[in-house]
Amino acid sequence: MVEHLQADGEEPCVTLDAFLEQSNATAVRLEPDEDARALIPHLGRLALIEVAFPKFRDGRGYSSARILREAGYTGELRAQGDVLVDQIAYMKRCGFDSFAPEKSLNPADVEAALTRWPEHYQTAADGAVPIWKLRHG
Amino acid sequence: MYKYDEYDHAMVAARVAEFSDQVKRRLAGEITEDQFKPLRLMNGLYLQLHAYMLRVAVPYGTLDSRQMRMLAHIARKYDRDYGHFTTRQNIQYNWIKLEDAPAILEDLASVEMHAIQTSGNCIRNISSDQWAGAAADEITDPRPWAELLRQWSSFHPEFSYLPRKFKIAVIAADEDRAAMRLHDIGIQIVEKDGQHGAAFYVGGGMGRTPMIAPLIKDFVPLEDMLSYAEACLRVYNRYGRRDNIYKARIKILIHELGADEYRRQVEEEFGHVKSLGIDPPKAEFDRIAAQFAPPPLDASALDTIDRSDPDFAVWVDQNVAAHKVPGHAIVNISLKPVGGIPGDASSAQIDLMADLAERYSHDELRVTHAQNIVLPHVRKADLYAIWQALDGAGLATPNLDLISDIIACPGLDYCSLANARSIPVAQKIATRFSDLGRQKELGELKLKISGCINACGHHHAGHVGILGVDRKGTENYQLLLGGSGAEDVSLGTITGPGFDEDGIVDAIERVTDKYLAERTDGERFVDTYRRVGMAPFKEAIYG
Amino acid sequence: MKLLTGNDLKTGFVTWWTGTDWSLHIEDAADVGEAGEAILAVEEAARRVNAPYIIAGEATAEGPRPAHIKDRIRALGPTVRPDLTLKPADPAAGDWVI
Repeated sequence: MVEHLQADGEEPCVTLDAFLEQSNATAVRLEPDEDARALIPHLGRLALIEVAFPKFRDGRGYSSARILREAGYTGELRAQGDVLVDQIAYMKRCGFDSFAPEKSLNPADVEAALTRWPEHYQTAADGAVPIWKLRHG
Repeated sequence: MYKYDEYDHAMVAARVAEFSDQVKRRLAGEITEDQFKPLRLMNGLYLQLHAYMLRVAVPYGTLDSRQMRMLAHIARKYDRDYGHFTTRQNIQYNWIKLEDAPAILEDLASVEMHAIQTSGNCIRNISSDQWAGAAADEITDPRPWAELLRQWSSFHPEFSYLPRKFKIAVIAADEDRAAMRLHDIGIQIVEKDGQHGAAFYVGGGMGRTPMIAPLIKDFVPLEDMLSYAEACLRVYNRYGRRDNIYKARIKILIHELGADEYRRQVEEEFGHVKSLGIDPPKAEFDRIAAQFAPPPLDASALDTIDRSDPDFAVWVDQNVAAHKVPGHAIVNISLKPVGGIPGDASSAQIDLMADLAERYSHDELRVTHAQNIVLPHVRKADLYAIWQALDGAGLATPNLDLISDIIACPGLDYCSLANARSIPVAQKIATRFSDLGRQKELGELKLKISGCINACGHHHAGHVGILGVDRKGTENYQLLLGGSGAEDVSLGTITGPGFDEDGIVDAIERVTDKYLAERTDGERFVDTYRRVGMAPFKEAIYG
Repeated sequence: MKLLTGNDLKTGFVTWWTGTDWSLHIEDAADVGEAGEAILAVEEAARRVNAPYIIAGEATAEGPRPAHIKDRIRALGPTVRPDLTLKPADPAAGDWVI
């Protein structure tokens, strides 16, 4: 399920350093230069990982998201920051399931962006069946 | 040639719809230029000096006549009746209107073409050997491998906002006709134990800091190739520098880490990625490869050429190469007439080349990184008719790999990044050396000109390279010697202080005179340079 | 003198600020003095120009001319294709550019 707005009253995210030091937090924020793999031993207790996109051109968060999904993370994975409508389809493919854009997005544009692509060439983190598999059953 | 199936068609159609929507939002003011720029770039649309420029992808440089005619149609309908073939085997148009771009992409899609990822910080069009499928020295046709990579890299969700652009080349012969080791990833298809696999060279490139790619993995089996590429890219996406645009290419990361440490990280990532099911089954490769099956060439066709017309014979000797099938040949069409603009072709010339391909070359054409066109599968018996048609259209200049077969970027005449003009320098050099006997006496001499440090004109890889710079508001040209983009890959060295436009032409003449004085039998210019070194040339140039 | 230039958003053509509007012709360009940034902000927001910037220019008998070679080439067109410049019929049109 894709959500476009941040829910009210949720637990605030702590920084990666703070998270690794305290054992009870269930929400963490990951900056572009932080190693998503540091979270892998703790995925079971995490309900929310917020991946920061300070600038939309900085694509490190896409790899962070895939790494977390590939490691089996099933909680909420949120893209926060300079998140634009023209990036969210790729973000979803990398495993993000919620978006907290600094500047709100037009819901119709979001819908169009997320339904634009009929199929996908590659395997990614969204469970979509790649085109080569469709070709060969 | 690869033919789209329903999925490929649907993906390109979705992209056209997406970009049409983005253009609409830009024109309506819903997105800023800063937000729109990466989107238009990922669709090949630049803003250049005089107008928008559209770069159309020619995957691995292969085209059929219908596609080639569409390129002419676009030049006529939306541009100013010509196009410019590039060093990445693409074509670009210099006078495109933003409001026309969606219609152009629709026209391209109708012939299975697009402008996807011809710019932007993403994986660019995959380039390859322009003689693929025709050259006697290849171990297999590299294009099915390139097509597999094309599909994998198209709309890749993780690798569309990389630190910087990313260029991949695939070859399958020891002779490197694609400057493979000057790419972010250069792949050579090699054979081991009767199986073909991919040797990965990673971290090459030209630009401001030229580097020759080190070998990262000597043999990646077909069934691991995409996982391995994914691992190479993921390490780069995570750790490539983003603090300085000039240090953001993968070559800098690998240079700073060292090839061994980069390899270690890639291998570790590969160990993980390989479990994700990224690699398609062999059946998908076979489906693609079947579409690159060699054309039905008659090996008993007449294997001799009537050389009674001397002008024709000169062209055959210079521009026609050996084909793997007896009785056939590879025709190289020079887009470098003396005094012309390297790589430019009018729509009428593009149409003519399409006609010749359809009639004589099993409907195939290639674009070369040296900005020429190839008819890859021609009967020797048809060469004379082809030459006559080319000659009538100004396309029979017999100068392949000679000093006037110059690679030149568009330079300051068109490009917003350029510091100096490239084209007038190319024209003056070609005019100075216009005597064909003199050119042939000089032999193979690859001259490459860039109008700025970004090196689109491959000046580092020229036997003779020229780099245009801005010196206090006037154009100045530095001279480099000793580079090569071929299997003897090397980077050129700057001779010393630069020259003005006429001075650089004189300097090159002093260099070629010195070469003629120094060379021993059979030595090309670059061989002599490597033997005697810079000093005698420097002495000849600066006295 | 200071001149404003950019490209037309829809066509991409090079344009010059005339004081009240945008023109394809450098001869129409106006000296904006210190007002350049303010004009650009308004004009770009209104999408009457794309990627505008301020350049140094000089007044000549033939009209304003950009100081730098890049903008001189932009003002005329590619030096290697006089047929595609703004003044294809005038063989001397490019004499001032280089």
